[in-house]
Amino acid sequence: MADLAFDPKAVEQLSPPLVTGKPSLHEVTEAVSIHTELETHRNWYIALAISGSITLLLGSMLAYLISTGIGVWGNNNPVGWGWDITNFVFWIGIGHAGTLISAILFLFRQKWRTSINRFAEAMTLFAVACAGIYPLVHVGRPWRAYWLFPIPNADLAMWQNFRSPLLWDVFAVSTYATVSALFWYVGLIPDLAIIRDRATTKLRHTIYGIASLGWRGSATHWKNYEKAYMILAGLSTPLVLSVHTIVSFDFAVSIIPGWHTTIFPPYFVAGAIFSGFAMVITLMVIARWVFKVEHLVTMTHLENMNKVILATGTIVGYAYATEFFIAWYSGNEYERFTFINRAMGPYAWAYWSMVSCNVISPQFFWFKKLRTNIPFMFVLSIFVNIGMWFERFVIIATSLHRDFLPSSWGYFRPTIVDILTFFGTFGLFITLFVFFTRFLPIIAVSEVKGMMIQTEHEKHYLPATTAGSPESVKAH
Amino acid sequence: MADHSSIHGVVADFASPDTLLDAVKAARAQGYTRMEAYTPFPIHGIDEAMGAKPSILGYIVLCGSATGFTTAVLLQWWTGTIAYPLVISGKPLFAFEFGFPVMFELTVLLSAFAAVFGMLGLNGLPRLSHPIFNYSGVAGSSDDRFLLVIEASDKKFDANATKDFLASLGAEKLEVVEA
Repeated sequence: MADLAFDPKAVEQLSPPLVTGKPSLHEVTEAVSIHTELETHRNWYIALAISGSITLLLGSMLAYLISTGIGVWGNNNPVGWGWDITNFVFWIGIGHAGTLISAILFLFRQKWRTSINRFAEAMTLFAVACAGIYPLVHVGRPWRAYWLFPIPNADLAMWQNFRSPLLWDVFAVSTYATVSALFWYVGLIPDLAIIRDRATTKLRHTIYGIASLGWRGSATHWKNYEKAYMILAGLSTPLVLSVHTIVSFDFAVSIIPGWHTTIFPPYFVAGAIFSGFAMVITLMVIARWVFKVEHLVTMTHLENMNKVILATGTIVGYAYATEFFIAWYSGNEYERFTFINRAMGPYAWAYWSMVSCNVISPQFFWFKKLRTNIPFMFVLSIFVNIGMWFERFVIIATSLHRDFLPSSWGYFRPTIVDILTFFGTFGLFITLFVFFTRFLPIIAVSEVKGMMIQTEHEKHYLPATTAGSPESVKAH
Repeated sequence: MADHSSIHGVVADFASPDTLLDAVKAARAQGYTRMEAYTPFPIHGIDEAMGAKPSILGYIVLCGSATGFTTAVLLQWWTGTIAYPLVISGKPLFAFEFGFPVMFELTVLLSAFAAVFGMLGLNGLPRLSHPIFNYSGVAGSSDDRFLLVIEASDKKFDANATKDFLASLGAEKLEVVEA
């Protein structure tokens, strides 16, 4: 028996603990809830002042745009889609990691997701909020934006064209935003009840009591809750894949060389997950340090996310190569021109920025030393975000700026309004996070506790199944 | 039998999910049927131990899915062929191929609504007031305590006898809770 004896150290090496330091259930509650209960820190006001001013900048840019017209942006013929659509796809892509973590990893029983899913889902919502601004103002007359939806009304007097991928996109993005919000809120209900139960003032008790809808954590509650959570995860999994697929249809269904390719849906989905995980790393590295939850969001979580970045980054690199191969193999001279122009034309600087950030940089994560190095992964995640922004810009600008007739060739340059609007969306994104981290539990407390108990049980039963009875282990 | 109309039940407060689960099994074996557990996270196996039926939420969601799918088909078919027929590039006025994305999205959307509101409906939420909140240690049930309540509506319920029985199961705290 000696050789087969259960060695807890070996198991720990194979699957390192997801919660370190063995905190009690109460200590976990404490660690996650405390930041919503302490007196507001001065730094919080400073953070809010900075991000709030940037959000005001966004507001003023949008007000200027709406009152003047979209001519204040750099979009023009032949590049009719500029930074607006680039930024829309960029933000919506970032959101995808949140749904992937909350839904797909849940279905795959990846226990490491529990510490990061709340945070990542919040990121999804806030990113989709930033993304949603662009199509709304891009339509030119945003006060008519309800025309996008099949709402009977007197002033349009016609119906939407359901053959258009742009309309599919309206349905995909609005469904995605709604379902993500529902999923997030359902996950929050038991945790809001925790904060209610810990409340020391009447006001807090009332607000969190209403927000938690009177959650009691009864066995009946949990039974229906777990079922609902499972169903939402099952629904969100194909949903998240469909959203970026349909976003890619906006391009792929057109006949523009460089857009009209069947590889777009899987390639867009991989890119979305790639950029989303990079954004989770960027934010999580900061948040776990600021809120002192390093024992709940451990190196295992970060390393796993870096592995996802490596895998999806490699898929993205492979997709770039495939695009080039197909352009050559198609024998279509417009396709060939578009791709050669992408790499060597006036936007070569953007193309090669994209390749260095997206194809080369994630490859460093093959080395364990680098993917477990916090400053390194932080810098690299920012590179990936820059690279993925450039990917969308390259796809849009390079495919449009060389029209079929050389007389309609052009070059897109963003205006100051373009730049400040994009900068402003980061302000909105961070402001929403600043509020989120102040008032809501940033880690799914109930899920982490359930996971801790479950892991404890598995450890308890492991010796019995792998190395005979527990007695024999003790005897050894 | 005594009049229990002013009593909700007896709360037994346990320190771990395992002792709670054992207590539920013992209470069932003793013949109690009307009980409820309050825990900080779902305890696996407790529904079976309490003799609770599986959740019917799946059927509610199925109705949501069917409604979403049907709405999407009818919407696209009716607007495209009846209300506003418009020939574009010789494409058909209605076809499942181009209609698929919207059908999928509306199916998912209405299923998700059914899942969330169905769950809240089955759980009787929102409901801001409940007798369990009268228990002095209720806050623990969202932290690290595991409560078992034997309700006064149980045929076998008797405030003193039930209390003694629960004490014998290792409850660390016992309390009769007002309705």
